[in-house]
Amino acid sequence: MSAELLLAPAGALLLGAGLLSVVDGRARQAVLLGAPIIALWLVWQADGSAAPLRYMDLLLTPVRADRLSRWFGTIFAFAAFAAGLFALGQKSRLELVASQAYAGAALGVVFAGDLVTLLVFWEAMAIASTLVIWSAGSQARAAGLRYLLVHLLGGTVLMVGIAGHFAATGQAAFDALGPEAPFRWVILAGVLLNAGAPPLSAWLPDAYPRASYSGMVVLSAFTTKTAVYVLLRAFPGEPLLVWIGLFMAFYGIVYAILENDMRRILAYSIVNQVGFMVAGIGIGTELALNGAASHAFAHILYKALLLMSAGSVLAMTGRSRCTELGGLFQSMPVTTTCGIVGALSISAFPLTSGFVTKSMISDAAAMEGLSLVWLLLAAGSAGVFLHAGIKFPWFVFFQKDSGLRPPDPPPPMRAAMVLVSLPCIGIGVLPEPFYAFLPYNAGFVPYSGGHVIGQLQLLLFSGLAFFLLLGLLKRTETITLDTDWVYRRLGPALAARLVPIVARTWSGTESTLTRLAGRGLNALAFSYRSGSLARTRESGTVALIAIAALTLYLIVGYLSAMR
Amino acid sequence: MTPHWISRPEAIRRLWIAFGLILAATVLAELATHRHAAIGIDAVFGFHAWFGFGACVALVLLARLLGFALKRRDDFYER
Repeated sequence: MSAELLLAPAGALLLGAGLLSVVDGRARQAVLLGAPIIALWLVWQADGSAAPLRYMDLLLTPVRADRLSRWFGTIFAFAAFAAGLFALGQKSRLELVASQAYAGAALGVVFAGDLVTLLVFWEAMAIASTLVIWSAGSQARAAGLRYLLVHLLGGTVLMVGIAGHFAATGQAAFDALGPEAPFRWVILAGVLLNAGAPPLSAWLPDAYPRASYSGMVVLSAFTTKTAVYVLLRAFPGEPLLVWIGLFMAFYGIVYAILENDMRRILAYSIVNQVGFMVAGIGIGTELALNGAASHAFAHILYKALLLMSAGSVLAMTGRSRCTELGGLFQSMPVTTTCGIVGALSISAFPLTSGFVTKSMISDAAAMEGLSLVWLLLAAGSAGVFLHAGIKFPWFVFFQKDSGLRPPDPPPPMRAAMVLVSLPCIGIGVLPEPFYAFLPYNAGFVPYSGGHVIGQLQLLLFSGLAFFLLLGLLKRTETITLDTDWVYRRLGPALAARLVPIVARTWSGTESTLTRLAGRGLNALAFSYRSGSLARTRESGTVALIAIAALTLYLIVGYLSAMR
Repeated sequence: MTPHWISRPEAIRRLWIAFGLILAATVLAELATHRHAAIGIDAVFGFHAWFGFGACVALVLLARLLGFALKRRDDFYER
């Protein structure tokens, strides 16, 4: 049994993370690149359920492999390899260790056959990804703490859902949770938080752009996409997801239009893209689910590519605001070209990966007769080109010359960008081999005259709108308030007000309390002997009271530390 | 330093002309392709062109509107 567990795909990366914490030099590079390759191999060795074990009343299945888990496992292992190559020169050991552990935990979620294993790896991801953010230094500390708190909240919600589900059904298997499944809404809420769904999506653009030039590449791949994976497995066809997904798609566009920082633009566009996937899962036909799964696959590639391109600019110039960049195409040809490949792919240009994946979601909406959803998806696609497809390359590499002439980044970073560019184009040019491994049984033909012409019109006229409206899109040195204002400003302000009031009330009532305490102690002594406190309570009730008191204490504590 | 050829005014004018020709070509190509409408309204001639353009204008205006209410200096939380 233990041998089987060691051969779990997650094992290679978790072991690799352990090794990375002690080895240096060539050995470090070997582990950084070797562990993901072994993980990829193990992804394809795994088949069926393995290593079942019993823990208390639970029957756990730590490893379960099928087409869906292998699909996500493949792209996760590849992303870990490409991100490792990009980070080959990264000096922070903590970032490399945490990144590989984070990727390993993501593989753990993908191959989890039961909800308890899933939860364990889910929490491990939260901790490892926080360490990736924190490893970037003191400027990332506060954002990393906010990120951790939001994810611990999400993890707690998920834990309550899973515990409730188990208590009600006695089952911990990780399969589709139908409309009648107990606690499915609580589980859904916990998963959606990691997907970047409203109302708490602000954790993503708040924290990811604080990571290092290479850290954000890693972060973009795993957390939101494991959430997509869990939604695919547990909530296919949940109608609410269509509207949550569409909201995310438009939220990402509008906030990215207003944003000045290139990596925050790309962070908002993660929410936008995951929105398309979530909407596809909500539509729920096999074609739509294939669309969501394949779009997640393609998205991990082109978003990593875009963030590598932005990371190269950040590493070579130390800048990330659009207002301080521009004209870099003259001295960074590789970075510019790869950035444009990523931009075309995210925009779903014909002959790129985005085109052969996103079309499945739109077509599935049309086939189901969801005309409004189809129209909104088309408007969203136009908006993607606007906020990411042109805006990112235009303001960073072109627009007016900033006078900066940084060279392309060192060879490993260039190699990583080229490596990821290849499948972005390859999948778009030759989709059939890619389609052959799709997790659900629904065929699709992306290239028809009408499809291609329609998409070209949509995108090129979006481009026309961009250049005609350039005056309205001029970048300003601003941020846009989001729901995180509640816990970054309102909460701390309320807590700060509350402290003196509590202190004043306390000192006034202290003497009264001391007097009352004497009497109270007598009463307490009595009730211990024969009164209500002598009764045995259910340990559950006592635990609940203790949890409530501790939670209240924590909330006040967090809010006053949040600033 | 000398500006790159691509940022000279005459080059920009030529790029705009080329862009306009490509735009026209993508719309005219619709006449030559057989297409079946996905939901009905997209059978209207040049649907994707005007819909894409209109969607972008609407999104930019929506963003501007939201910006008036929610934009702050980028050191808002640091102050």
